[in-house]
Amino acid sequence: MIWTTLILAGLVTFFTRFSMIALLKKDYFSPRVKIVLSYVPSAVFPAIIFPAVFLNSTGQLVFLDNPKVLAALAAVLVGYLTESVIATILSGLGVLWLLIFFI
Amino acid sequence: MNIQYKIFSKGCLDVIPLLIPVVPFGVIFGVIGIESGLGSTVTFLMSIIIFAGSSQLAFVQLFTGGATTPVIVSSVAIVNSRHFLYSAVIAQYLTKVKLFWKIVLSYFLTDQAFIVSQKYFKQQPTNKDRHYHLLGSGFTLWFVWQLSTIAGIVLGEFIPKELNLAFAVPLTFISLIIVDIKKIDHLIVAITSGVFAIIFFNLPLRTYIIVAAAAGILVAYGLSHTKLYRK
Repeated sequence: MIWTTLILAGLVTFFTRFSMIALLKKDYFSPRVKIVLSYVPSAVFPAIIFPAVFLNSTGQLVFLDNPKVLAALAAVLVGYLTESVIATILSGLGVLWLLIFFI
Repeated sequence: MNIQYKIFSKGCLDVIPLLIPVVPFGVIFGVIGIESGLGSTVTFLMSIIIFAGSSQLAFVQLFTGGATTPVIVSSVAIVNSRHFLYSAVIAQYLTKVKLFWKIVLSYFLTDQAFIVSQKYFKQQPTNKDRHYHLLGSGFTLWFVWQLSTIAGIVLGEFIPKELNLAFAVPLTFISLIIVDIKKIDHLIVAITSGVFAIIFFNLPLRTYIIVAAAAGILVAYGLSHTKLYRK
């Protein structure tokens, strides 16, 4: 099952890259489509971020008493100020470990 | 030293500054692959077969969450839809190369290789060997990505579960959108998607991710008609 999924995911990824190169189209997309595509990361990644931060292992919404919420807030704050990928990830993990192991 | 090799080397060198975030990203992917129980073979081959960091992480997250093949594959497609734009931009520079080259270069068309090579292509309107630049940037990135994945796989065998390193997945995605969501329009799209994901989390087969992404993209489409959209 995982191999089928993996190979299909690989093919899909390849064809997104090969698509327009194969078709030799440079002005295939209208400006509107280009604008909407530029929002794709902001439209997709939060769908992975929010459940991983706000839901516990049984799928219940936990705001308070949830170290992941504070850790994610720290990461957002540090990321906002530094715009650094590494600083964002490390600050989130650092705060999570601090809360789990020391408090 | 022939001219093609020179252009290839320039591609390799040009992409190096952009590799700094790629290394930890690859290591995180390797560690998460092991911690999620995918095993070293699947984790390693995923970096070769998919070769796109954020969709690989999304794949692992959804797979361990119990999503089925159609949901995982369509999520990977949505995450990778930005490649359509890269492909459209690069296409105009590759009209004269053979199909074999087009296939190879498409495989290497990552964010970082795209950024440096399309810049080079723009500066070289008449150079018939310019595609070697994308081969250089793409290959360098590929090589570093595989090495980082292997480093992560090795580390993953030693890192205790108590460290909750799976949490690096949402953190990595936060780091990927943090600059975009400084803009109010992107922030609205992101919050819409996140809230939809929470509300629809219990839909069967983990389809919440498709629903949330669709909601986000619909809002983005709406915003593209308003004054909130800024270039």
